[in-house]
Amino acid sequence: MTDLWGLFVTAAFVDNMPLTLFLGLCTFLALSKRPEAALGLGVAMTGVLGVTVPLNHLIYQGLLAPGAWAWAGLPELDLSYLSLIAFIGVIAASVQFLEMVLDRFFPAIHAAFGVFLPLLTVQCAILAGSLFMVERSYTLAQSAVFGLGSGLGFAVAVAMLGAIRTRLAYADLPDGLRGLGIAFVLAGLMSLGFASFAQMAAAQ
Amino acid sequence: MEKRTDLWGTLTDPLIRQNPVTLQILGICSALAVTTTLATAVTMSISLTVVLTLAAGFVSVIRRHIPDTIRLIVQIVIVASLVIVIDQILQAYFAEISRALSVYVGLITTNCLVLGRTEAFARHHRPLPAMVDAFGNGLGYSLILIVIGGLRELFGKGELFGIQVLPLADAGGWFTPLSLMLLAPSAFFLLGLLVWAIRSLLREQVEAREHTPPLRTEPAE
Repeated sequence: MTDLWGLFVTAAFVDNMPLTLFLGLCTFLALSKRPEAALGLGVAMTGVLGVTVPLNHLIYQGLLAPGAWAWAGLPELDLSYLSLIAFIGVIAASVQFLEMVLDRFFPAIHAAFGVFLPLLTVQCAILAGSLFMVERSYTLAQSAVFGLGSGLGFAVAVAMLGAIRTRLAYADLPDGLRGLGIAFVLAGLMSLGFASFAQMAAAQ
Repeated sequence: MEKRTDLWGTLTDPLIRQNPVTLQILGICSALAVTTTLATAVTMSISLTVVLTLAAGFVSVIRRHIPDTIRLIVQIVIVASLVIVIDQILQAYFAEISRALSVYVGLITTNCLVLGRTEAFARHHRPLPAMVDAFGNGLGYSLILIVIGGLRELFGKGELFGIQVLPLADAGGWFTPLSLMLLAPSAFFLLGLLVWAIRSLLREQVEAREHTPPLRTEPAE
C-alpha cells in the first residue's frame, strides 16, 4: 500500500510529466492561457491517463509481451514491436468512448471539458504513460496508480501555469518575450521548483 | 497557410520564419527532452525528418481515398508504422543512442509536428510539395534541436559530440561545467531565450498585447 502511495507521489510530483519529462508540452503551452481551460485539460488528462494505462497494461501482457501466446502453443512469439500501434488504437478508442459516455450521461461535464478530449489522442504524455508502463514493467495496480498520478501532476502543473499566465497578461513584457517566450521561462522556473521534489525524494 | 507553388519557398520558410517549434508550438516535447547531448539531438532530428517526410508523402498519395471522418486514425497508423521501422533500426544499429532516447523515439508517433503537417498541408497537396514542406519543417525542427543540444552539451559538459572542447577545471583547464544545463529547467530557459531572440529579429512574429497598460500607453508599433 505504501509502495503504491509512493508511486503515486513520484508520478505526480517527482517525475512530473510536463515539467520534468517534457511530455505533453504542446497542449501544456497552447492551452494554458486561461486557468479554466487549463483546469479542464488537466481533468481530461487525469481521466484518460487513468483509463488507458491499465487498459494498455492488460493488452500488452495478454497479447503483445514476449511469451504471451504460450497458451496457444507459440511460446517464442514476440509481438512487442506492435505495441505502439496497439497503444495508439486503444487510446483513440477510449478517448472516443469517454467522449460518448460523457456526452450521454454527463452533458454538463462534456460541455466543459469535451473540447479537449479529441486533442488527447495525439497527446504525447498519454502515449508516454503507456510506454513507461512497459519500460518499467508495472503491475496492473501500479499502472492504474501511475496513470492517475501522472494525470494529477499534469493537471496541477497546467493549472498553475494558467494562473500565472493570466496574472502576467497585465505585465509590461519586452515585445519578443510576450506569449510563447515568457511561457517557456515560466515553465523553466516551475521546473526548478519541481526539481526540489526530486531532491526530497532522493533525501529519503 | 496560403497556397504556394514555389517549392524553394516551401522548403525554406519553416527554417526560421515559420519555424515549427518557435512559432507554431509544434513538436516541443521531444525538442526539449532529447537535447542534453548533440548526438541524441542529431539522431532525433534525423529520425523525425525521415518519418515526417515519408508520412507526408504517403498521406498525400492516398489523400483522395481517406474518408474525412477517420482521417486522423489513418494518419496515425501510417506514422506509427514508420516510427516502428525507425525504432527497430535504431535498436539494431545504434543501441546506445536508442537507450538514451528511451521512449522519445516512440513518441514521434504523437509528435504534434508530424500530425500537424500531415493534417494541415499534406492532406491538401500533391506528393512533391507535401514532401518538400515536410522536409523543410523537419529541417526547421532539427535546427532548433541542434542549437539547443549544442549549447547544453557545450556548457553542461564542455563537450561537443562527446569530444572535449573546453578544458575542464578538474583536468587542469579553466572551464567549470554548469550542471544546471543538463537538467530540465535550462532547456525551458534556452528555448524561451531563443524565441525571444528570433522574435526580436523578426518583429512580425511578436504576439499581440492582451491588455494595453494604462496611462503610459506608447503608440503601438
